[in-house]
Amino acid sequence: MVTVKELIQIESNKPELFQCGSSACAGCASVLALRWALKALGPKTVVVAPASCANVYIGIWPKASSAVPYVNMAFAAGASAASGVVAGYEALGKKDINVLTWAGDGGTVDIGIQALSGAIERSTNFIYACYDNEGYMNTGTQRSSSTMKHTKTTTTPTGKGMHKKDIAQIVAAHDIPYVATCVATDPQEVYTVFSEAKEIQGAKFIHILSPCAPGWRFAASRTTEMGDLAVKTGIFLLWKQVDGELTVNKRTLKYLDKSKRLPVEAYLNEQGRFGSLRKDQIQDLQDWVDRRCDKLARRV
Amino acid sequence: MSKIKKTEMDKEQTIIMSGNYASAWGAKCSRVKVVSAYPITPQTTVVEKLADFVEGGELDARYIKVESEHSVMASLVGSSMTGARSFTATSGQGLLYMTEMLHWVSSSRLPIVTTIASRGIAPPWNIWAEYTDILSVRDCGWIIQFASTHQEIFDSILMGYKIAENEGVMLPYFIVYGGFTQSHTSKPVRIPPQKDIDSFLPSPPEKGWSHLNLDPENPITHGNLLMPQQEYLDFRFLIHDAMMKSKKVIQKTITEFKKSFKRNYSGLTENYKCKDADVVLISYGALAEQSKIAVDELRKQGKKVGLFKLRYIRPFPNEELEELFNSGVKAIGIADQGTAFGNPTGGPISTEVMSLLRLSGKKIKVLPYVWGLGGRDVTVDEQIHVFNQLITLKNKNQYPTDDTFQHGTVWMGLKTGV
Repeated sequence: MVTVKELIQIESNKPELFQCGSSACAGCASVLALRWALKALGPKTVVVAPASCANVYIGIWPKASSAVPYVNMAFAAGASAASGVVAGYEALGKKDINVLTWAGDGGTVDIGIQALSGAIERSTNFIYACYDNEGYMNTGTQRSSSTMKHTKTTTTPTGKGMHKKDIAQIVAAHDIPYVATCVATDPQEVYTVFSEAKEIQGAKFIHILSPCAPGWRFAASRTTEMGDLAVKTGIFLLWKQVDGELTVNKRTLKYLDKSKRLPVEAYLNEQGRFGSLRKDQIQDLQDWVDRRCDKLARRV
Repeated sequence: MSKIKKTEMDKEQTIIMSGNYASAWGAKCSRVKVVSAYPITPQTTVVEKLADFVEGGELDARYIKVESEHSVMASLVGSSMTGARSFTATSGQGLLYMTEMLHWVSSSRLPIVTTIASRGIAPPWNIWAEYTDILSVRDCGWIIQFASTHQEIFDSILMGYKIAENEGVMLPYFIVYGGFTQSHTSKPVRIPPQKDIDSFLPSPPEKGWSHLNLDPENPITHGNLLMPQQEYLDFRFLIHDAMMKSKKVIQKTITEFKKSFKRNYSGLTENYKCKDADVVLISYGALAEQSKIAVDELRKQGKKVGLFKLRYIRPFPNEELEELFNSGVKAIGIADQGTAFGNPTGGPISTEVMSLLRLSGKKIKVLPYVWGLGGRDVTVDEQIHVFNQLITLKNKNQYPTDDTFQHGTVWMGLKTGV
């Protein structure tokens, strides 16, 4: 893990490949993550961005925040288009260019899952990053299969009825060389996982929890706090699987112990999307977290 | 990457091959760099043959075996954006499944060439020759050319890349032929020496396409959101403009091809004995090729009939059709091997020809046909019958009276009582 001291150096020394002045919402975590991901990957990177907030916050034509090639792509085509970019470079003998798919959760767990599964099965040499803000935020906060249970969205006004898909485990089951999770609000983690992924040949997948102020309904100034609470409550688990070997992040490792982690209310109560939950619903989410933490603890 | 075997031809060779193999050979001889494909009947042997070429070391290309047709076209968007010459083949349902990406290709102005072994659309399942697949995507901004012989399939791929990659065109290119009737039948195809092909069709520019190249040294963003008052409309116009202007490039390329390989393709259309004809059938695909036999038969009987074959439907051959309308022809039949439910005639191309005819102000009698759907046979005798119906229309102003004449269109062989 890169240290904070190093990170401060990196911030001023490495080129800024995602420029300020983007058209992201105030408090957007996804742009923070993209900025640090590109710091880690460097200028020889091409971004393929299927339909998501990233198609808007990149800038309204002819303005753009990206200082690397950045292709807006069809919703279902994040992984497949990247496969083609990789194949094109390979066919033309162009080496050492990182190909990054930067997709939201809808573009990954819903409409894009087939192309993702195909691309990683084919051992495509690229990084697929899913910034997960747990819903279709760009289109007005509709539910996705990555939305947490009991979340109120515009298409689940009384709360979603089922738990979110565990996309990182689905991808890990493909037995690819690198799968990691991180929170968008922690630049140390983001920078570290992208730096690691860059050095690995084959398909890499990074699942990034990306707090969304307007969609989750919290004040834009509290974005990093939400990312932090997701880890401390065990709602989001930090781990990586490198060549089949599971490593749990130190922070998550600590919170696998129930006595150390915060109750889910610490997270839920701060967000409007979980407004007026009943006690049994809160318990339901607590049970879900406990179950997932126990399951991970058993694997350590 | 495996070393490429020297199997390229120094001399012209004639090989007996299927239409699908002609398609694979066309891609190989065009030195495509990326192939992406998903199997679908009746296209399958194209992508099998290409796999043989690549894995056998005869074609230096990356072959992405994707998990769906949507991913086929998406991956080719990616590969073409790096400047790699990119190819695929598909059919029927597969073509429909990639529709979203067809627009992505044309709107990104990527010169991808795709061959289509056309088939009927399900349900009910049908895998035989019919063009509703390609006709359904006729307005996606792709050049659409029909190849009615095996040789034409092969030759058209070479010409297709040359036209598509022309700086003034930069549009994707479909080459269409009938499932099974062409894809799975075998005929001799002449394969020119590779060096002649290379000089006719040089490699794409090393620096990639001038308008769009994914190069970290020269970063660009592509496809950013445009507000309504910005240039969205203008970009759309440029696609249409390039399509219309491609007609000249098509003609020029056909001329160059003739010079290089001594085979002549007439142009956007082929005029077969139309000059003095007072009855003309307009058609496309392999059935149009067959109509020539019917024309010859009727000519023997002294009937002045002709065939007007559409080689291209995008761009639409307006000028050529205008010329036909001005030739003194009295009655025209237009045969569609595909459907457009609920449009004025039920056939997409007959509707377009009729709208052009209306604009020309010529008083020519017209009878639209829908024929050969789902591989239904259309025999030479039936084609002769069509010409005779048109002669009756011309002479007596009389439309068919049997049950096949429905809503102003003849549905050839329509079973009564349906």
